Amino acid sequence: MSSVLKTNALESEAIYIFREVVSQFEKPVLLFSGGKDSITLVRLAQKAFFPAKIPFPLLHVDTGHNFPETIEFRDKLVAELGLELIVRNVQDAIDQGKVVEETGRYASRNSLQTTSLLDAIDEFKFDACIGGARRDEEKARAKERIFSVRDDFGQWDEKNQRPELFDLLNGKIELGQNVRVFPISNWTELDVWSYIEQEQIEIPSIYFSHTRKVFVRDGMIWSHSPFVYQDEDEEIEERVVRFRTVGDMSCTAAVESYAGTIAEVVGEIRQSTISERGARIDDKRSEAAMEKRKQQGYF
Amino acid sequence: MEVLKIATAGSVDDGKSTLIGRLLYDTQSLTTDKLEAIEKSSKQKGYDYLDFSLATDGLVAEREQGITIDVAHIYFSTAKKSYIIADTPGHVEYTRNMVTGASTSQVSIILIDARKGVIEQTYRHFFINNLLRVKDVIVAINKMDLVDYSEEVFNKIKADFQALNAKSSYKEQNVSYIPLSALTGDNVVESLGKMPWYTGQTILQHLEALESKDIYDNGKTRFPVQTVIRPKTEEYHDFRGYAGKLNGNNIKVGDAVTVLPSLTESVVTKIHFFDKQYDEAVAGSSITIELENDINVTRGDMIVKSNELPKIEKEITTTVCWMDSKKLVAGTKYLVQHNTNRVLAKVDSINNVIATDYSGTTPASQLAINEIGEVTIKLSKALYFDTYEENKSNGAFILIDPNTNTTAGVGFIR
Repeated sequence: MSSVLKTNALESEAIYIFREVVSQFEKPVLLFSGGKDSITLVRLAQKAFFPAKIPFPLLHVDTGHNFPETIEFRDKLVAELGLELIVRNVQDAIDQGKVVEETGRYASRNSLQTTSLLDAIDEFKFDACIGGARRDEEKARAKERIFSVRDDFGQWDEKNQRPELFDLLNGKIELGQNVRVFPISNWTELDVWSYIEQEQIEIPSIYFSHTRKVFVRDGMIWSHSPFVYQDEDEEIEERVVRFRTVGDMSCTAAVESYAGTIAEVVGEIRQSTISERGARIDDKRSEAAMEKRKQQGYF
Repeated sequence: MEVLKIATAGSVDDGKSTLIGRLLYDTQSLTTDKLEAIEKSSKQKGYDYLDFSLATDGLVAEREQGITIDVAHIYFSTAKKSYIIADTPGHVEYTRNMVTGASTSQVSIILIDARKGVIEQTYRHFFINNLLRVKDVIVAINKMDLVDYSEEVFNKIKADFQALNAKSSYKEQNVSYIPLSALTGDNVVESLGKMPWYTGQTILQHLEALESKDIYDNGKTRFPVQTVIRPKTEEYHDFRGYAGKLNGNNIKVGDAVTVLPSLTESVVTKIHFFDKQYDEAVAGSSITIELENDINVTRGDMIVKSNELPKIEKEITTTVCWMDSKKLVAGTKYLVQHNTNRVLAKVDSINNVIATDYSGTTPASQLAINEIGEVTIKLSKALYFDTYEENKSNGAFILIDPNTNTTAGVGFIR
């Protein structure tokens, strides 16, 4: 019997991008957060190079405020696939006095990651950093290129981006510059979840419904944790929740949910009227919060 | 799920952002928090209607000036399809953005203000869609609410556009005309019954009915090699696979193929996708293939069917759209990136500038940013190509400035 490969346009595009990265750059790295988007990237990279191993390391910039479930999952995945993992800690940058920890009710280490990321790029001379950002996530990200050039200071010059025509990707850069690469630029949140379901990709348990100690502030559900500032009058309660997006405990809000399987999660997202980044406290700072962080070298 | 890529073009204030916002709103793709942000922002600005353009204008400068200055990508889906809109600005100086948006799109929506009709900008938008051979064009005649939903106005604009279409060199292009009001939503997703004389499809109905196709699925089989996969593990000791994205048409195990530029002949023995093997792959697939004999194939090479060889030449005549502030002049060196191949090239001559309003060509010796012209290019090594008309992927290339590394222009081989 003759077998014809049925192709998925988004998957095929992502694999094409991965292959361009290893061909056009000397030292690529995959930025791995332990979230569903970076886990999806790992699967796509496997597909791009099979039967060879993924030909670049993973880099995790660890704020020290991650969900423990994410770190556990990260270590298991790396061991199973025989990948190289580099971890750089935001705590070190704080100890060295390079960055100052935020204080107050909304304190988060999210934006402090930029310094550790830029330091790691410098240390390892990475020339391409592959990330799981998607254009549908946020309005500044909607303007991102697939190959997004950053200068020596890691800055994004949004008004002076290279045009990207057809599928021709221009990765030519000067020494010291680097390119941020976004293979799943054109995927939506639902595309990612549908892919995880179709490929039966394992993801951290916090994406599924569980009981958690939380408190409510500004209409959002915050995790009760030593990493999260909490006022005395903010009452701790137990709720059945899950996370739609996974960043730091201090900047990721939970949603109430009974979705316990990937199929149920996909069903929930199809029905949802709240955007994924609606649960990101770091984006609520101002209308241009993401654009400003990106100009400074954030992902 | 099917994916349909759409480019939008319109002049300033034609209501393009409003149309997109309306598409998102009426397909329930705007989430509560985004909607709240739009309501809040519209109120602050003192508008008495919802300013949907805020859903798409991403950058601070754009929000301040109320215009769109770069290509933004917007996503929405229905039960049937996923849609990706490349929203490009309509200023004359932003031709490069429109070309960029149209390069990946199967469908293009050209906005016309019913009060203004077909204007010079419309000519330019349509010209770019002809040049890039975008398969389907929807002429969206907007602001019908401001011309009393007049059938006469619609017919006049349609006739003017048809006259323009008669000048097009791309006769296979499907052009359709839809009267609408993005502000009220009439004929965007549903008809509100204000134009009983129009019995055609709404914008969304039209998009839903189109068949999504790989935009490169339009010619002969071309397989540009991206990278060679050699695992060098015990299990796959002698494995040597050529990885790339298949363009133009399908490939099968047993196909007699030729590797370019060496002209070495071989046969496809295996087609891999991840950990499975297939007998056949269709255009658009990112696959890894193995060949019968152990031959030297590297990135930049191209595998084609032996009875469908492309042209192999060191000089090409092209239509170039220039995108850099530094002008294109004869004698300058650039890198030509054509598929996965990069070749040093010299601009031999600039033959003319092509007016984007269909008024013909004028002799020229240089191309400025946003100008389109005929350019002859000499290459240090031969390219293996088809004309853009025959095969989109194998007939297009970009020009990279070797000093600044920027993508300075795009070319279409004639």
